[in-house]
Amino acid sequence: MPEVLSLSNNVPLFLASMLVKILAVFVVVILIVAYATWVERKVIGHMQTRLGPMQTGWHGLLQPIADGLKLFFKEDIIPTEATKVPFVLAPMMILVPAFITIAVVPFGPDVTLFGYTIPLQISDLNVGILYILAMAGLGVYGIVLAGWSSNNKYSLLGGIRSSAQMVSYELAAGLSIIAIFMLSQTLSLRGIVEAQTGPHPLFSFLPNWYILSQPLAFGLFVIGSLAEINRTPFDLPEAETELVSGFCTEYSSMKYALFFMAEYANMVVISAIAATLFLGGWAGPFFGPINLLIKVFAFMFFFIWIRATWPRVRYDQLMYLGWKVFLPLALANIVVTGIVVLGMQ
Amino acid sequence: MFKEFIKGLSITFKHLLPGNSTTVQYPKQKLQPSDRFRGLHRLVPAHDREKCVACYLCPTVCPAKCITVESAENEKGEKYPKVYQIDLLRCIFCGYCVEACPVEAIEMTGEYELANYKRENFTFTKERLLK
Repeated sequence: MPEVLSLSNNVPLFLASMLVKILAVFVVVILIVAYATWVERKVIGHMQTRLGPMQTGWHGLLQPIADGLKLFFKEDIIPTEATKVPFVLAPMMILVPAFITIAVVPFGPDVTLFGYTIPLQISDLNVGILYILAMAGLGVYGIVLAGWSSNNKYSLLGGIRSSAQMVSYELAAGLSIIAIFMLSQTLSLRGIVEAQTGPHPLFSFLPNWYILSQPLAFGLFVIGSLAEINRTPFDLPEAETELVSGFCTEYSSMKYALFFMAEYANMVVISAIAATLFLGGWAGPFFGPINLLIKVFAFMFFFIWIRATWPRVRYDQLMYLGWKVFLPLALANIVVTGIVVLGMQ
Repeated sequence: MFKEFIKGLSITFKHLLPGNSTTVQYPKQKLQPSDRFRGLHRLVPAHDREKCVACYLCPTVCPAKCITVESAENEKGEKYPKVYQIDLLRCIFCGYCVEACPVEAIEMTGEYELANYKRENFTFTKERLLK
């Protein structure tokens, strides 16, 4: 068994491998973000019996590039009444947590290179899940700051709604994850993926993925994270029809593009985390990263599909669902899981 | 509740399958307007000249007052329109001129791409209407 590559045995190789991993993950996420916008417009278009973008390139394939160029050359407007520093800071504060969350997601099995074992994961934190929850909590500061510093009543309403929504749904999503690490006995995402390898204890033809032993937690986590990343049907913070796109009303040019990218980056990250926690991470018939990508794409397609199908929930329905339905369900799930885990021992 | 959710999802998924798009890629692909479509007017030619006998029924019936006719007599003693002009900017494409005409000298074509760069170009003279 070769040694695990670390700072203590081969510094240059460690740094090089880290750099390559970070760059690869970053580039892949950026590419998915860019083309997720194209896929979303295409898929929603066809679901509404339209075609979506058709003019820029073959079937509109160059649309993300054209959009990016257009936004880049737009005038960057900062309202005179806005609070400048938080106004400029907010788009970054929303994008950075979205990107750095991906650092703890393992995307493949260990590979052996030059006699060292290199884990295919940027950083294997032993408190991986806590880190994810913390970063998800940080994301809301960007939205609230954007809403408040714009000095616009619609933006402020969007920001306030967003924080209320986050607080309500983070609880349900977080509590549903607790049931997962009650089973896996570890907070590290790598450990959770390893705990899901092998056949299912009851039905040996199925993989031991947590979606099969924790279907309720899976549902709660997916719905809760939809609400956390402000996707339809929980897109109340930006609700075009009532709040004229809410917290990003006053933003233009690249600052707006950052909000846009953050939304899709959040989608990618949430999909990757859901795949890791419930669908066995990189496990599957192909090479690790490809399995993970397939699962991520499936989740993203599902999110887009939902957006094309369901209308936005009303604000009181949102609060009712979060506090009176999802939270008790998540708590009950923990209790039942605890009893079953005790009974199995 | 869940049944309805799944029903909705299945409807949108069915639309996603190929062959369900209703979009016509307009400038590249055009639909044939129906026979009774009321587009640009056309003066119907007879053997050597237009059929119109300059009876002034069309400018009279026109609710938008967009038709200008000036009658004259030719060497055979027939009445003909010396000036026949339609101001398309005022025309509402109601088709009353076609209905009023006693000799079926004016009709409406399926031509609907009428945009232009200059105001003057919207005045259709007799020569342009005869084409």
